[in-house]
Amino acid sequence: MVIKDTEFETVVYQRSETLEDVHTHYCPGCTHGTAHRLVAEVIDEMGIKGNTIGVASVGCSVFAYNYFDLDFVQAPHGRAPAMATGVKRVFPDHMVFTYQGDGDMISIGTAEIVHAAARGENITVIFLNNANYGMTGGQMAPTTLPGQKTTSSPSGRDVESQGFPVRAAEMVSTLDGASYVVRRSLHDPKNIRLAKKAIRTAFEVQARGLGFSMVELLSTCSTNWGMSPVEAQNWLAEKMVPYYPIGDYKVHSAVANLRF
Amino acid sequence: MTRTLMKGNEAVAEAAVRAGISAYFGYPITPQTELLEYLSRRMPELGRAFVQAESELAAINMVYGAACTGHRVMSSSSSPGVSLMLEGVSYIAGTEIPVVLVDVMRGGPGLGNIAPAQGDYNQMVKGGGHGDYRPIVLAPSSVQESVDLTVLAFDLAEKYRTVVVALSDGSIGQMMEPCELPPMQPLRTEFPEWAVTGSAGRERRYLSSINLDPPAQERTNLRLLKRWQEIEANEVRCKEYYMEDAKFAVVGYGSTGRVALSAVRAARAEGIPVGLIRPVTLAPFPTKVIAEAAKKVEGMLVVEMSSGQMLDDVLLATKGSVPVEFAARMGGVFMLPDEVSTEIHRLVKGPLTTDGHPRDRWLARMLKQN
Repeated sequence: MVIKDTEFETVVYQRSETLEDVHTHYCPGCTHGTAHRLVAEVIDEMGIKGNTIGVASVGCSVFAYNYFDLDFVQAPHGRAPAMATGVKRVFPDHMVFTYQGDGDMISIGTAEIVHAAARGENITVIFLNNANYGMTGGQMAPTTLPGQKTTSSPSGRDVESQGFPVRAAEMVSTLDGASYVVRRSLHDPKNIRLAKKAIRTAFEVQARGLGFSMVELLSTCSTNWGMSPVEAQNWLAEKMVPYYPIGDYKVHSAVANLRF
Repeated sequence: MTRTLMKGNEAVAEAAVRAGISAYFGYPITPQTELLEYLSRRMPELGRAFVQAESELAAINMVYGAACTGHRVMSSSSSPGVSLMLEGVSYIAGTEIPVVLVDVMRGGPGLGNIAPAQGDYNQMVKGGGHGDYRPIVLAPSSVQESVDLTVLAFDLAEKYRTVVVALSDGSIGQMMEPCELPPMQPLRTEFPEWAVTGSAGRERRYLSSINLDPPAQERTNLRLLKRWQEIEANEVRCKEYYMEDAKFAVVGYGSTGRVALSAVRAARAEGIPVGLIRPVTLAPFPTKVIAEAAKKVEGMLVVEMSSGQMLDDVLLATKGSVPVEFAARMGGVFMLPDEVSTEIHRLVKGPLTTDGHPRDRWLARMLKQN
């Protein structure tokens, strides 16, 4: 008697319904794939796929719309929170999220993110911080660490002439309009699980009309950092996490009591 | 017919409301601000969206996002603010979505001043933002025409999935005149097949202006250009006054066109056979109308409140076949009927020539006076 293996199989992991079955352009070891997966799982679990509109930004995630089975628009560099505001104001019952990198969101798009948060726009911002401009080949970003070498800070970021990194989550958390602002990291399984919970919370905040939510995700860029994926994850844990502490920077009392 | 006495900016705002805008996004700048202020009251009253953005950059991108959903939306600004919006306008053009933008022009370049001018002609008519695209540009000369062209702007934007600019100036924005407002149109509840509305029950859609494959981008550019040819064939609008028996023609648009009409009427009263061509669409430009007129008249006079930006388009239409003279004020100095009258008399008196450049002759006269 032949026993089929499948009779004993239980599906414990499969492609998210919200993800397209395509190859991505992301580099090996890049955490964009992880972040996409987490956002997609949250959308699956909340059953909001047909009612969600994504806003892609400029940078490595410019083609995010190719990977999510969702309606999407693609914003000019830094302007995703403004575009998301436009979408949300005419479709207040839709779920609207931006997916932005650090060069996009906290350099050229600083005004847009600050004022979207200040207005308490009922949108969710997924913010990937990998401490450099990935798409253009690894230039210095506002988030580049002091001393970190990039193609435009070849001797290492000199804070005397090139200034200090911007801690986006802390900055945005000072705004009264922001309801939920946290930082998580994608460098190991435990932190990835915590990141997913935060993304879920952020989407739940929006679903309940509680206002602006943002999840900063510390991310790797092994290609531009010149490291193997494992080295990059270690570098993130050892160098980025101390400068960008994981934590909850703004949790409005209405959010703290959320049950889902 | 009920007519209401309204300020130009407020009349445009109410016309947009009645044309069925679901949202307005803007930023304060003189001499356009009443449009924003009016809608900050009117839109919430109707349960519609109004956002005063943190900048013109943000405002145009809010418009971009909202327009991607297929709703009727608009923004407005004045010259320096419009410069900031042009990044977004280029993206909107590349994404092929309908958007209406009002530019209430003021004196420049730079911060300039808040007085009426027409120095944004090249900026808007020639595209403005980066890349290969052409917006439709409408040029009202009165409050009533501002109202009528606002409604038309939304229809044209949707018909051709394009950017439509209503190019007004500080005098038209600020003046009060009686006008008839259009009927209130219902808000959209059904959306076009390209709109991003959430993918429930259908294949997903995305709207983007990125196209990394040059041949595919070129196909987009060709599609845009083909659509522009249709616009050129169907949408040229131009007003002609006293042109039937005219031996001389004045060409002017917007408020300068209106001022020129006063001067033309005065000249007619003196028995001078002069007419006026007033382009209502600056893009597409009424090239054929001007080329036809060039065959009939002995000389043309171009008047505008810029250094001859439209003059260049008139010269492209006349191709040196008729003598052209030019007169202008700039920097927020408003052109008065008497000045146009003087220029009409100079044109009629001659001598007329197709040698040299009309701008050079005008500049020499201006520098002599100053």
